Amino acid sequence: MTDRVARAASVVWPGVPHLAGRGSIVGLGAAVVWAGMLAVLVTRFDRVVEGVTGGWDERVAVLVVFASLVACWTWSWRALGRMEAERSGAPLAGRTQWSLAARAFSKNRTAVFGAGVIVLLYLVALITPLIAPHDPNAQYDLVQQRLVSMSSTFPLGTDHLARDVLSRLLYGARISLTIGFVAVGISVTLGTLLGAVAGYVGGFVDSAIMRVVDMMISFPRLILLITVIAIFEPSIFLIIAVLGLTLWPATARLVRSEVLSLREREFVQAAEALGYSKPRIVFRHLIPNALGPVIVAATLGIGNTIVLEAGLSFLGLGVQPPTPSWGTMVADGRHQLLGAWWLATFPGLAIVFTVLAFNLVGDGLRDALDPRLRR
Amino acid sequence: MKKYVLRRLAGAVPLVLGIATIVFFLTSLAPGDPADFVIAPGVTQEVREQLRANYGLDDPIPVRYVKWVGQAARGNLGHSLTYSRPVIDVVGEFLPNTLILSGTALILSFLIGIVVGTIQADRQYSIFDSSMSVVLLFFYSMPSFWLSLMLIMTMSLFARNVWDLPIWFPASGMESVNNPQMSPIQAFLDRLWHLALPALSLSLVLTAGIARYMRTSMLEVIRQDYVRTAMAKGLSREVVVFKHALRNALLPIITLVGLYLPFLFSGTVFIEYVFAWPGMGRALVDAALQRDYSLVMGGSLFFATIVVVANLVADLLYAVIDPRIRYD
Repeated sequence: MTDRVARAASVVWPGVPHLAGRGSIVGLGAAVVWAGMLAVLVTRFDRVVEGVTGGWDERVAVLVVFASLVACWTWSWRALGRMEAERSGAPLAGRTQWSLAARAFSKNRTAVFGAGVIVLLYLVALITPLIAPHDPNAQYDLVQQRLVSMSSTFPLGTDHLARDVLSRLLYGARISLTIGFVAVGISVTLGTLLGAVAGYVGGFVDSAIMRVVDMMISFPRLILLITVIAIFEPSIFLIIAVLGLTLWPATARLVRSEVLSLREREFVQAAEALGYSKPRIVFRHLIPNALGPVIVAATLGIGNTIVLEAGLSFLGLGVQPPTPSWGTMVADGRHQLLGAWWLATFPGLAIVFTVLAFNLVGDGLRDALDPRLRR
Repeated sequence: MKKYVLRRLAGAVPLVLGIATIVFFLTSLAPGDPADFVIAPGVTQEVREQLRANYGLDDPIPVRYVKWVGQAARGNLGHSLTYSRPVIDVVGEFLPNTLILSGTALILSFLIGIVVGTIQADRQYSIFDSSMSVVLLFFYSMPSFWLSLMLIMTMSLFARNVWDLPIWFPASGMESVNNPQMSPIQAFLDRLWHLALPALSLSLVLTAGIARYMRTSMLEVIRQDYVRTAMAKGLSREVVVFKHALRNALLPIITLVGLYLPFLFSGTVFIEYVFAWPGMGRALVDAALQRDYSLVMGGSLFFATIVVVANLVADLLYAVIDPRIRYD
């Protein structure tokens, strides 16, 4: 009977029936996403209709709204099914290393909270064209609406060019999150490959790669970045490329040390004895087993990269105006600290909470992926 | 031991040379002619050629590379175009200011980090432990330039102009305008007063990592037999933790000093920029923006050398003070 009530409730408002049981944080997340997306659909119905035929940004935003509604529904329905099956004593599926890690991670409330914040951030960034109150680059009345404080028309006030701060903050999230994700993706791929090759092949290849790694690690990274960006014209693509190409040494060092110890293990020796090719051993046996620390480093790396990108933009070497970016927004507010304190404060808070969420998840993953740290 | 020291020293030389090579090729392959910066638009071709020859810009790149490395090894880093002075003089003027700032921040962050980490480990899973972890992680997630802006806003501008607090800190510079007229003690206090906010914002960002490392290291030591013996002898917990355990827990922290220097130097760039601190980081950013390549090359070579040397010293110190570690 209660099962049926729960099922019915999950159709009306997915996530709500999970609030009482285990994994309630995920349920809360689903309920919030569902309600939020529905609210967007209702209050911004005109923009959604326009968005279907609009540009790519708008089309993606509309797609994301519907996709997350469907995702909440199916997740809620299937999770209820799992709970019922568990209670009726059906045999549990076999447990892999990853499912054990996922279980350990889900017990860590702060880490799950951080993961929820990240998911929400990416969702908000994706549907920004639907929810932003103003055009981020629109300048309003420079005489009367410049540097005005928080109000209902401008929830976070306006900047020195009479642009809406909240809209710029929302669009800035797209820049920060994209750059963080892509740059770390590049560096992790590169670092994992080079580190695994150095560790497995050894000899001259190893020492050649590791000397480059040593050099790049003892070079203050920011100064390298500033030099390269100042030499060429700053643009988003250059920033992504340069950030991605300077972070890999740390990953390479990490993967190499993992591979060095994995190489001596029996399962790798067995693979060698079976006559598998070197690429197969590297890609199928070494890299998957060395991936745990890499995932942790990548999560923490996204946070660091977001801070670094904001810093470069703050110095005027990052994303160029008028494209909104959190770093440039702080730089714009720098000269109005006394008169318009909200200008520098809110973009900075946005950076802090985004990076904090990535750091919380990274710490949680570290504990979850290392069997010695599991409690 | 002797062999290890020699091997590490021999390894450091090609490292510095490699960094110098990267810096050189990066700046010399860049598009644009550095001579354009000093040449006025209407100047004739001959004067232009003469200037390029004076700066050695007309040689082929490999020749310039050999010349530059050879001169750099003898301590001549070339001539800064923007300051019209030898690079070594410019570095000599700005680097001490950076070292004062980063040195203070380094000491401050290690002091706070070691104390907090030790207390956290001593009271593992207490409210202090978990709340400190969150607070430190919060500061760790903060961009240093934003933290310093917020400190300027609250502890300088608002404290002085809005809240009328009795204490406020200066928002920029290294000393007051009338510093040269002050008595030596006053002048020193004035500099300290100017140092407070920049050093605090630089160290708070670093503290979290140190405290976390210290906590882990202390937790390992605290569980060892000799600590239990000391406790069983009837010594108070404070004495055991802060005298017996702390000494051994501090050992791995030494290597952290070397590892943190690149972060520290990156941090000083922003702090110097925000606080108008006349340091090397800020000079380097300005030089990069104005295409003063000889200063960029010289300055980053200095930073990289300091990092390499510091790492070397930290590793050697670690080998000296920890007899359990054998290097051969």
